[in-house]
Amino acid sequence: MTQQLTPVFTDSPPKASGGSPFSRGTWISMYLRLLAIQASWNYEILLGNGVGFCVEPALRALPGGTEGEAYHAALARQSHYFNAHPYLAAVAVGALARAELDGEPPPRIERFRTALCGPLGSLGDRLVWAAWLPACSLIGLASFGLGASPMLTLIIFLVLYNAGHLSLRAWGLHVGATRGLKVATALGAPWLRRGPEWIGRVGALLSGVAIPLALYRVAGSTSTVMPLTFILVLLLAVAGGAALARLPARLEGWRLAIVGLGIYVLAMAVR
Amino acid sequence: MIDILALLPFALLGGLLGLDVVSFPQAMISRPIVAGTIAGALAGDPLAGLTIGALLELVALGTLPFGASRYPEWGSASVAGGALHAMLRETGEPADGALVVATLVALIAAWAGGVSMVWLRRLNARWARQLLPKLQAGSASTVVRLQLSGLTADFLRGTVLTLIVMTLAIAPAVLAVESWTSQPRMSGAVVAVLGGSVAAAAVWKVFHAVPRANWLFVSGLALGLVIVWLS
Repeated sequence: MTQQLTPVFTDSPPKASGGSPFSRGTWISMYLRLLAIQASWNYEILLGNGVGFCVEPALRALPGGTEGEAYHAALARQSHYFNAHPYLAAVAVGALARAELDGEPPPRIERFRTALCGPLGSLGDRLVWAAWLPACSLIGLASFGLGASPMLTLIIFLVLYNAGHLSLRAWGLHVGATRGLKVATALGAPWLRRGPEWIGRVGALLSGVAIPLALYRVAGSTSTVMPLTFILVLLLAVAGGAALARLPARLEGWRLAIVGLGIYVLAMAVR
Repeated sequence: MIDILALLPFALLGGLLGLDVVSFPQAMISRPIVAGTIAGALAGDPLAGLTIGALLELVALGTLPFGASRYPEWGSASVAGGALHAMLRETGEPADGALVVATLVALIAAWAGGVSMVWLRRLNARWARQLLPKLQAGSASTVVRLQLSGLTADFLRGTVLTLIVMTLAIAPAVLAVESWTSQPRMSGAVVAVLGGSVAAAAVWKVFHAVPRANWLFVSGLALGLVIVWLS
């Protein structure tokens, strides 16, 4: 799953370096478009069209503008197959737009584009889907379990999650735009490499806290829960979890829950 | 007789929150704990929405949206589940089975939503294939058109799915709740055991590679039990 993150092009540096080459308006337009980068996600070109969609505002600055040959050639290059984590795709969008504006040779841009897919996919999956999202979910569940109101629970979960989400997209676009083809070095930052492990530790601790709290409130939503009943519920849940974790991956827990609940509903409702 | 017009706000909410799963903006307003609560609030009982939302969130911990993998669609499903739970509790019948029945409906809707997302991705692929010559020519209008088509189709997918699920589920769900024979304590315990089992397996799969995961989990569990005991 983990891929080695090394600079992919070290033979010659990008023609320009330093600050972002985009105007504030272009940057904002690209950032907002990033929120819809997966709008046409499909099994053929995956994120490809979305990358073209996000890079497009920057390409308008190419010689000849939107009617120029450079614009159309660059947009065609950026709209074919691409795969990455949707949040970290911002890095690719910034770096590819920068490379196009810097006038990098097309074969070099193509190679760079291909090389970015793997690292941006695996990094994002580990950092966001397997760490940040579950940790924020568990915090939301703990809030619910502690008796927070519906509004407060929503605010805690959404503000926390999106603080990370929106910042990650902004960082990605910024680092891509400012570093261009040298962006691979930024992907080796300690917080990106070690982040999943740090968040994972917090997540493991949180799961122990949040799951019983949430279960207590769920079980108590139909009647008062006696301490012994709750201990029994918890023991059964842990035993059930241990059994589910040993099942083949295809037998996912949510599918088995449909079967279990279906049987229970039939037994309790059909007289 | 089910009033389809009365279900329209929920269908539109299902479409909107279904969009968030993949297409726009992936801000996790489609997570069950959020979508269920909003739907419950729209039906007049946010706490009922939050309760089923939290239960579905426990189940959803194990289904993370990794790339091209197939996973249940929780946004529209949680809207259907949240709204249904709030409606069933409002019927005036003993609502002991409401949470169980609404959860079952939401889980089936999540499965159907996952299937519909695969269809949508195939449709998007067909559109992309048809427009490939224009994409290869660098046509900006084609790029934008594909994005807008995908967004519109996804919104319609979620809207129609929520409407179908709610239309089909309300009458049998009311019937099931009216005929419910289980003790309230048992109903709550059954959904808690099921949700807890799925959640425990999920967090194990997600966090087991973390150093000292077992100790961290057990420490958290002890802390959680102390809080439950004191509350």
